[in-house]
Amino acid sequence: MTEFLQHLVNGLSLGTIYALIALGYTMVYGVLKLINFAHGDVYMVGAFAGYYLGSVTGTDRAPGMVGAALVTLGAMAVCGALGYVIERFAYRPLRNRARLTALITAIGVSFLLEYGFQLSPIVRTPVEFPPGPSPRFFPALLELGEPLTFLGVTVPRIDLLGLVVALVLMIGLQLIVYRTRFGMAMRAASFDPQVAGLMGIPVNRIISWTFVLGSALAAAAGIINASSRPKIEPLFGLMSGLKAFVAAVLGGIGSVPGAMVGGLVLGLTEEYVAGYTSSQYRDAIAFTVLILVLLVRPEGLFGRATVEKV
Amino acid sequence: MLRFPRALPLVVAALAVLACEKKKPEGAAAPAPGGAGAVATGDRILLGHVGSLTGSEATFGDSTDKGIQLAIEEVNAKGGVKGKPLALKTYDNQGKPEESAIAATRLVLQDRVAVLLGEVASTRSLAMAPIADANHVPMITPSSTNPRVTKENGKVRPYVFRVCFIDPFQGTVMAKFAREHLKISRVAVLRDVGNDYSMGLADFFLAKFKELGGTIVDDQSYKAGDQDFKAQLTNIKGKNPEAIYVPGYYTDVALIARQSRELGMKQPLMGGDGWDSARLYEIGGKALEGSYFSNHYSPEDPAPRIQDFVKRYRERFGAVPDSLAAQGYDAARIAADAMGRAKDLSGEAIRDALAATRDYPGVTGVISIDADHDAVKPAVVLEIKGSAGHYVATVQPDQPQAAK
Repeated sequence: MTEFLQHLVNGLSLGTIYALIALGYTMVYGVLKLINFAHGDVYMVGAFAGYYLGSVTGTDRAPGMVGAALVTLGAMAVCGALGYVIERFAYRPLRNRARLTALITAIGVSFLLEYGFQLSPIVRTPVEFPPGPSPRFFPALLELGEPLTFLGVTVPRIDLLGLVVALVLMIGLQLIVYRTRFGMAMRAASFDPQVAGLMGIPVNRIISWTFVLGSALAAAAGIINASSRPKIEPLFGLMSGLKAFVAAVLGGIGSVPGAMVGGLVLGLTEEYVAGYTSSQYRDAIAFTVLILVLLVRPEGLFGRATVEKV
Repeated sequence: MLRFPRALPLVVAALAVLACEKKKPEGAAAPAPGGAGAVATGDRILLGHVGSLTGSEATFGDSTDKGIQLAIEEVNAKGGVKGKPLALKTYDNQGKPEESAIAATRLVLQDRVAVLLGEVASTRSLAMAPIADANHVPMITPSSTNPRVTKENGKVRPYVFRVCFIDPFQGTVMAKFAREHLKISRVAVLRDVGNDYSMGLADFFLAKFKELGGTIVDDQSYKAGDQDFKAQLTNIKGKNPEAIYVPGYYTDVALIARQSRELGMKQPLMGGDGWDSARLYEIGGKALEGSYFSNHYSPEDPAPRIQDFVKRYRERFGAVPDSLAAQGYDAARIAADAMGRAKDLSGEAIRDALAATRDYPGVTGVISIDADHDAVKPAVVLEIKGSAGHYVATVQPDQPQAAK
């Protein structure tokens, strides 16, 4: 029983990360029908932004709530800006071309970030940038003390905090999408960009902001993840990105609550599979889940079956 | 505009002819008989290094390359080999086997190196070994410990050598150390399934540990690059072992150590030379205190040969050499030594000289090459205290090598 509960805790902590990244996929897909394959790498950049901000501001030497919050917000701002740049220069010029073109560009952007970050440092002060290929240690932004223990189950406080932060962000996002004018415009643009444009909605700006928002969430995910698993390197966004994409599809791509549930379900599945069968199947399971969902319920758990517009 | 395409083939043809003309003298200079492949071009002897300069084990390639550079600079300062200076060409393989094969082919066929150095990882050395054999270019791997690198299906690869000990030795060293020194009887294994090195170490550890009367309570696996190991660790925790053997690479081991402590596990971890990197301590932090790993050498060893090397390396690169650097250095020095003894610089002559290496005083121990092209030399066990590996014991090669 203890073991079962421990797996539950571990799985939730893992699932939170997937869920936060999945939100970015789902939002961009919802609005643009584009799978932003560079999203996992934006998540990686987010963690590195946190690393740099933490080192430059000295938060790593004097951990504290305020510093950690500032670093997280800073990293979210950096990634938001990155999301804007990617959309503006890589996706917008190709928006009216074939869908495949945008997909290929996305893969290009992804490789650019991954391998760009692996170059040897050009700037050396105050911290080396790009970081180069060898893994870095993510500084402890908070000092939370010993993990909580009950019934023999260990819950690291950082995971608990991560879960809370993630839930707050997700609820915030849900409010933005359903309670604000921006959210309404977003939904309108997603429904039919052309008509939305005719109705006076600045579609380009809405799409830019969607990218900014999604990328900022990815940065938050990057920092939450790096705080509990403090090893960061330029390629670590790859697998997490893919799995988060699976989570988004599982939940129903385009649906915000779907992405959350999809992420948590995937995290838990992975954890239980790795715990009770062989851990070698861990990654295979994520993709098996994807295939099964596509076979049985292609629209995902929370998705609505839509007829493709002609 | 239209004229260009028509002129283009002509230009290309002209360039091609020029290129061929240019290449000829090099090709003609090849003293072909005997050594079909490698030659020293012009007045310097070229060594080729294939290493992981990028990718998740980048410090391996980087350290090795620095060790090789230091060795070459020292050899050149003493007049080179057979009156010719050594030169180094390094290609990055991004930590991938397929890239290693491409790089090795390029070094052998295009750059025509006299000796191939590399790779650190067994998986990648295995990709290079057939190329060395097929082209009759001697290859020395500084740190690949998997037996198959030099011996495939019971047959020794004619041109492949190594200057490190092999997995059976390293795995058994740790098993012996755990049973006899730490008096431990229950151990769990956590291995990297995608890695020949990790699998080899785990298998040999397991066999020896059982043979010495210990119990393996669990055998779990992970994949390099994973971020989360708690599922496996939770399982291991339930079986309550006295130690966990994690024969992986430092990047993963550091996270595994942290996560095991987060789960409230107090057992020491044990591992092999793949742990040896300053990053291990940086990422693992306090979680690794009291853990043990087997290694090729310790910079703390007071022997003057080792202290000299540590001093020169630090002057040149501003860091304490890890064992990868020491082995890169030894590999290049042994290559130079063999070329100096070889009757000419053909691949065959260098190979024969390499095979005849006996009692070479390297910084990672006194090295003799045995009939299987493996180095016979001792291993050290280090204990991690205060974010550094400290020397605990030296295990001599005699009986474990006989076991293989």
